[in-house]
Amino acid sequence: MDDPLIEPISSQTENKPAGEVVSEPSDDFVDLTNNVSVTTESAVAEIPLDEPSDDFVDILGSETEAQREEVVVADVTVEAAVAKSEVTSVVTESPGDGKTESNAEEEAQETSTAPIIDLSGDLLASDTQQPPVSDKITNPLVDLLSDDSPAPAVDAKKPSGPPQKSLFGEPDEDLFGEPLGAISKKTVSKEQKENKTAEPADIFTEEAVTTTPSMSNTSTVNSKTNGVHSEEDADIFSEATVELSLDSPQNERKNEVTAKPSASAPTSLSAAASLAKPQSAALEEEEAELEDKFDILVSYFYYQISTTLPLFRNKTFTVRRRFSDFLGLYEKLSEKHGPNGFIVPPPPEKSILGMTKVKVGKEDSSSADFVERRRGALERYLQRVVNHPSLIQDPDVREFLEREELPRAVSTQALSGAGFLKMINKATDAVSKMTIKMNESDVWFEEKLQEVESADQQFRKLHALVESLVVHRKELSLNTASFAKSTAMLGSAEDNTALSRALSQLAEVEDKMEQLHQDQAANDTFSFAELIADYIRLLGAVRGSFDHRMKVWQRWQDAQAMLQKKRETEAKLLWANKPDKLQLAKEEIAEWEAKVTQYERDFERVSATVRKEVVRFEKEKTKNFKKQIIKYLESLLQSQQQLIKYWEAFLPEAKAIA
Amino acid sequence: MMEEVKEVVSALSVHGHNIKIPEVVTDGDTLTFLVVSQKLSGTGEYHVYRTWDDFEWLQQHLFSQEDVPGIQGIIFPPLPAKAHVNPSAKVMKQLGFLGLGEWQPYCKALETFLQQVATHKILSKNKAVEVFLTSSDAPGRQKVKKNIFNRLSQAVEEMRKEGHKDVDEFFQSERDHNLVLTGCSKTAAEKFLDVVLTEQKVAVACGHFSAALHLCVEAGEDPDKKAFSRLCVKISEVFDSMKKNVTSVAENNMKTLGLGLDLESRYQEAEREMLFRRTCKLVELENAKRNAEKAKPVKKAVMEEVKTATETEFQQICGVSKQEISRFQGVRVKMLQQALVQWCEKQLLTAKESADQFNQHLQAFRGMA
Repeated sequence: MDDPLIEPISSQTENKPAGEVVSEPSDDFVDLTNNVSVTTESAVAEIPLDEPSDDFVDILGSETEAQREEVVVADVTVEAAVAKSEVTSVVTESPGDGKTESNAEEEAQETSTAPIIDLSGDLLASDTQQPPVSDKITNPLVDLLSDDSPAPAVDAKKPSGPPQKSLFGEPDEDLFGEPLGAISKKTVSKEQKENKTAEPADIFTEEAVTTTPSMSNTSTVNSKTNGVHSEEDADIFSEATVELSLDSPQNERKNEVTAKPSASAPTSLSAAASLAKPQSAALEEEEAELEDKFDILVSYFYYQISTTLPLFRNKTFTVRRRFSDFLGLYEKLSEKHGPNGFIVPPPPEKSILGMTKVKVGKEDSSSADFVERRRGALERYLQRVVNHPSLIQDPDVREFLEREELPRAVSTQALSGAGFLKMINKATDAVSKMTIKMNESDVWFEEKLQEVESADQQFRKLHALVESLVVHRKELSLNTASFAKSTAMLGSAEDNTALSRALSQLAEVEDKMEQLHQDQAANDTFSFAELIADYIRLLGAVRGSFDHRMKVWQRWQDAQAMLQKKRETEAKLLWANKPDKLQLAKEEIAEWEAKVTQYERDFERVSATVRKEVVRFEKEKTKNFKKQIIKYLESLLQSQQQLIKYWEAFLPEAKAIA
Repeated sequence: MMEEVKEVVSALSVHGHNIKIPEVVTDGDTLTFLVVSQKLSGTGEYHVYRTWDDFEWLQQHLFSQEDVPGIQGIIFPPLPAKAHVNPSAKVMKQLGFLGLGEWQPYCKALETFLQQVATHKILSKNKAVEVFLTSSDAPGRQKVKKNIFNRLSQAVEEMRKEGHKDVDEFFQSERDHNLVLTGCSKTAAEKFLDVVLTEQKVAVACGHFSAALHLCVEAGEDPDKKAFSRLCVKISEVFDSMKKNVTSVAENNMKTLGLGLDLESRYQEAEREMLFRRTCKLVELENAKRNAEKAKPVKKAVMEEVKTATETEFQQICGVSKQEISRFQGVRVKMLQQALVQWCEKQLLTAKESADQFNQHLQAFRGMA
């Protein structure tokens, strides 16, 4: 339990324990559900829009009603710390939230979860006193996650969605009650829930487009940027609430919780609320103009995500996310789960070219194509995530799907374009370098890696071929259109009435056929080209997982080498007869022996995970391709039948020419 | 090969409708076509080998029948442009549809040419036709003297005559109409050719994809791997049938409507040439009239004679061409109709077959475990 305190500083190893949590989903799930069932009691509260601090009291009040006594709400220091940490742009934000939430709770209790409290107490101190340190804050949080007891604290973020909704003044009683109730029911059996998880999620029903005039936008965007902070504060808030209820059982405590910081908060909240209104049919585009002479175009596409997961008891969530949010989710997931050998599905790359074209407002088919491609890719990405038995349990995933407003992921903005690609490619580069060093003990991995490599080549080739097929189809569609036009002209020039009529009919048929060709091109694109592109990305992720396995191996080997060195030192010391130092050396050896066994176990665990994941990946691949080809054939068949109809209608016309 | 040459006057010794070119032989750079025609007597066929030069020889002979009155009013069946074994891009462009698919469309076009000649009331009487169809010796080796009927090789100044105002309203409207149709049918044929060419490209792309899918097949006992390999093979089959589908669609397009549009466009061109010849004659006549009026008494008689001669010629041409035009209108509508109907039927058949195949594939996939 001392570890968490130490590790934040070393900041290297923090990934590993975090992953442990996930590798044992059952554990934390049980924890989650246990705790959540507690939360349910405190749930219901009517919250007016204007006074967040008040309604916070309300929440707490109702909770008190449920169980125990008074809760005091007022703390500025914590909030200030949060603000600072944001200013210094912490790498990961939600950990930041988690941290503050533990700050908040820390003041209150001094019981079972002692380590957390200590930790967060330290953090609080460091925050308030020296803001620059705040990057490190992320680490403790991850460590927080690593232990079983803190894990529920993080999971508790999930139910925090609803309370936040209530900030927007929505009639929230059932909103709140239902999902939580659902979860508490799930406590009954873990297996049941896992079954549910396996079921496909219906995600992303539509994506929205609206353009708002620039003047009003300026304010929106500004408030948006402000809103980032205030929004988070709100989050902290609700999380804190949940936290409280979680930890309450044993004793009475005093809570010092964040109060709303700035005046900007309410406005941004309302702005966010209006943005979040799901009914707006189309994608929101915002433009901001800088005061300078430059007109800078800042537009965002919002993707509306509708989730109906059995996991959430068939409740449909609708949230809006930006593209960078998806990247942020990926980053969080890959950071947490990648090192454990999980194949984290990658989202589509950021395409500056494609997006700029769309933003500039070129209304050509390629930009519409681009938007649709990306939408589809994001949808499949999310589906892969939620269909993954381990990833779906990640609190970040749930938060992503449920929470109305996500804290803006600062880090992903840096992660755009080339940077992102680099991140993905980095893994694969490392692999090729490391293969030389690693003398593979397991033939299976060696073979698989080779397979993955060759599959990558093949998929790339296939992708190029499909793309060229699509190009030809599009060309065909264009040519058919111009043939239709020239037939129409020929028809109008024709003297013979019947022939003339037949020719104009023919022109119509050809027009329809142009549409068919176009649809076919789209079908080729979305059924195959995109699927294959997905798999090229996924293969990268597979290689990444191999890479992580190798890293763990490397660590083990290094530790072994270190142990060897220590033993040699011991021997030397023994020989030199220096008993005072000998004791130290012995201790070190013991420490390293422990490490070696630990690392070896890690390696075996990661190997097993990678193995399992690769097998799962291959199963999914076959399933995916099969599903896609069936869909493809169905539409192919349909277009043939359409074609038959066209011809059958035209034949009598042709015969009628006399 | 028979050496049986009948009297030219009594039409041909073969069935004009049944002339076929079933085969083409490549000999170095030249293409040699097998021309088969059935004897009227009922037994046996004539098999002769002809090159494009022979065809040209025949056409030149048809052009230069000076003894036939009003010959210039005839719409001569158009002979396709000369083809080589390895045509250059320019020639290919000129050939259009005829340059596709192993010369079959080209043979078809030559066949049509011969049929049109052999069934033509006036042209079939020419001795050269009979010789061409029946003589085992190649007739066209000696160069024919090019005459004025050579295709539209008019100088720019001659082109101006095309816009010459006609005295006859029928011809004026026919000329206008023909001009529009020539343009339209040419464009339509070109566009349709583009469609067919792209279809061929799509077919090739499908083929490549299908072939590449086979690379994904991996050996091994692993059931997952096996399942995926099997899937790849199946998908490959799907794309293969898609390739076949597109290929046959392209072929249908080419063999029916493509040829039809090509012929239509070349025939319109031929009609235009005929109309042009007539217009030239008209201009000549008008000049002759003017000359006759202005002529001094000494020359008057000569001029008058010229005028009368030209006038008779012109009248003959007009007579023949009127007949030709009305015949042509009937023929081309019928021909286009045929092309359209055949096209439609074939496409329908292909579509049905493909739908059937896709359906089978679909069922196979659905049935796959």
